Amino acid sequence: MVESADTPSNTGPGAQGIARRLGLGAPVTRRGALAGAAAIAGAGFLSACGTKGSGGGGKSAAPTGADKKSGGGNSVTFGSNYSDPAPKEAFASLISAAEAKTGVKVTINTVDHNTFQNNINSYLQGTPNDLFTWFAGYRLQTFASKGLIDQIDDVWDTIGSGFPDPIKALSKGADGHYYLVPIYNYPWVVFQNMTVFDKHGYEVPKDWDSLITLCKKIKGDGLIPFAFAQKDGWPALGTFDILNLRINGFEFHMQLCQHKVPWTDSRLTAVFDHWRELLPYCQTGATGRIWQDAAKTLESGQAAMMFQGTNQVAAQYVADKADLKALDFFVYPEINPTWAQDFMDAPADGFCISAKAKNVTAAKKLLEYIGTGDAEAAYLKYDQWDVAVASDAKVPSYNAIQKKSVDVISKCKSVAQFLDRDSDGGFADNTVAAAFDSFINNPTAGEAKSIMKSLEAQAKTVFTS
Amino acid sequence: MTHSDVRAAPAAKSPGPPRRRRRRLRAFSRRDKVLMAVMLGIPLLADVCFIWLPAVATVGLSFTTWDNLGGFSSIKNNGLGNYKFAAQVDPQFWPAIWHNVLWLLVFVCIATPLGMLFAVLIDRNIRGSRIYQSVLFLPVMLSLALIGIIWELIYSQNFGLLNTILGRTGNTNAIDWLGNPHLNLWAVLVEASWRQAGYVMVLYLAGLKAVDPTLREAAALDGAGAWTTFWRVIFPVMRPINVVILVITVIESLRAYDLVYITSKGAVLPGLELLSMLVTEWIMGQTQRIGYGSALATVLLLVSLVPICIFLWTNFRKERTR
Repeated sequence: MVESADTPSNTGPGAQGIARRLGLGAPVTRRGALAGAAAIAGAGFLSACGTKGSGGGGKSAAPTGADKKSGGGNSVTFGSNYSDPAPKEAFASLISAAEAKTGVKVTINTVDHNTFQNNINSYLQGTPNDLFTWFAGYRLQTFASKGLIDQIDDVWDTIGSGFPDPIKALSKGADGHYYLVPIYNYPWVVFQNMTVFDKHGYEVPKDWDSLITLCKKIKGDGLIPFAFAQKDGWPALGTFDILNLRINGFEFHMQLCQHKVPWTDSRLTAVFDHWRELLPYCQTGATGRIWQDAAKTLESGQAAMMFQGTNQVAAQYVADKADLKALDFFVYPEINPTWAQDFMDAPADGFCISAKAKNVTAAKKLLEYIGTGDAEAAYLKYDQWDVAVASDAKVPSYNAIQKKSVDVISKCKSVAQFLDRDSDGGFADNTVAAAFDSFINNPTAGEAKSIMKSLEAQAKTVFTS
Repeated sequence: MTHSDVRAAPAAKSPGPPRRRRRRLRAFSRRDKVLMAVMLGIPLLADVCFIWLPAVATVGLSFTTWDNLGGFSSIKNNGLGNYKFAAQVDPQFWPAIWHNVLWLLVFVCIATPLGMLFAVLIDRNIRGSRIYQSVLFLPVMLSLALIGIIWELIYSQNFGLLNTILGRTGNTNAIDWLGNPHLNLWAVLVEASWRQAGYVMVLYLAGLKAVDPTLREAAALDGAGAWTTFWRVIFPVMRPINVVILVITVIESLRAYDLVYITSKGAVLPGLELLSMLVTEWIMGQTQRIGYGSALATVLLLVSLVPICIFLWTNFRKERTR
């Protein structure tokens, strides 16, 4: 149930709901990304075990024994949750580039992303691969502080100059040491169906009032202003995040996520008040809709806008073979002039070395390559929605969405990771999500007050233990 | 166990100790003993390892906090904290208890009687009974995962069969069957009952076929109508089957999980809170609260014990008074 593992379900574009939903029937999928057949068989926990392209399929890499420096020969194993076709292809492209560059032999162990994330505890404490895919933020810090991830300061000595400071900060644990090499991030922005915008002559709103005016106008034209889904549990956290970032700023967001300010803080009342103002213009029945269906309403022009990450909306357009050129986005409008449009959620994914890694030398060599603009470009050749994080990355394959993403992220003073990445994941995905569900179904001031009180009572238990 | 009791019984009647020993020896040769030890030992070991040990460990862990990171030394005692949290703080706990009870009530009061009704009707050899039988039994043969998906196609807000028939697939008037917290539990209960009725029907039908036809004839000769025949003659004769069905109904409703899990894709949706869902929510996943999950599991165990105890108690009492 991790916000990040999301990549588009590769189910067909046609046949609308029916055929597609078959593919989405799998349990727990945040992105409903298991192949249709697997879902029908109800095999929610299958874990695909793939091996990398260039080498021998299936068998684990035998040490070539050529490298003298490394303890376990010149081969490493890489646990990957990039299980959907497009990211899998991108990941394979990255790894073959890395193999060619470093001479390290990599065996990839691909596991369905939800399975991977749900089993991360036992994976890291059992027999993990040398390297594994993970995320920046609080949950990186948690595992780092428990000694399950290897510290990689020496890798950063080499690659550090290629990254901007905010990205460096994201790659550190709470102890100030580096634990992650990021590969990409993506922004959470307001997507627009340009066909609809052009037809009705809508204009990009600059502040809250003009956003609400626009919503009124769109609704008056018989369309849905905001496509909205919350069945997956996390998309609404994004709406909350951006309202909170716009109204109360980045520091407050981080303090709230780590429970340094209480959930009953009066500054949150304003966030819920704005959300209440917005909810009448969001698609109804959100708690029963998966976000892919919301993206469909945007695609079909029934909705004019949708607030979510490019990693989801743009990726879904690609998966549906919809026209990416009809998709554009704008940064969430300003609410509080103090913060203007300084912040946004831009979650970053990356790679770590497990504390139990057998071949740390080769793994670090690999990461030193992965932490370069070239490596990111090799990955992004097959990825049309995420963007590189290295300052010197030159990615000729960028489309308009990606180019704009780079631009808007670089304009931010700070980027947040996402409520479920900046905070305790279980608290955010289970407890906060459930509270927001009831708020969305009953958006009143009284309900807001009661969920704030309830969240604070629950947070007290979670953040002390 | 019964085996040894039966053997021991005649031995007790025998007069002298020496004879008794000899008879015992004759009763159980070394081979018998080894065989018995193996046949009892293996299931006992499996039972202890896979049922009792985890159950006891769960109860033990329910008084602790543990995030499953680090060894056993990182388990901290929490006293009754988890139970207090469930009862006083967790807004999902009481709805979950209520939904579990509701599930049980619907199964006992609606789904199971419906299945029995189907069985009785089909047993009357109405025309096309084979077809009805197959149609009604079909859901039982499908996996719960598949049932969840089939009904999702029916209930889907904007694309679903039901809303299409009702003409309510629009963006403003669509009925959110699986998302609306006032509707979704009932929507899932329809799915579950759809399957449960078929299941009960087949079991009951098998029982009905085994009833001696002369009983019916005798009842008919005495002038009893269809209803009286069933209620006064057939139903009492079917007592063993009735008991089995009651047990199955209770078990099926307490282990309610699969359909809700499929419907909500793993998240706990408002209106679809179930104890089993909350347990997995906290015990699985990347942020684990093993202690709290165990406390919820213990509560589920206690809830399950109530109907089981009542059932066993009344059943054994009846056996004895007979």
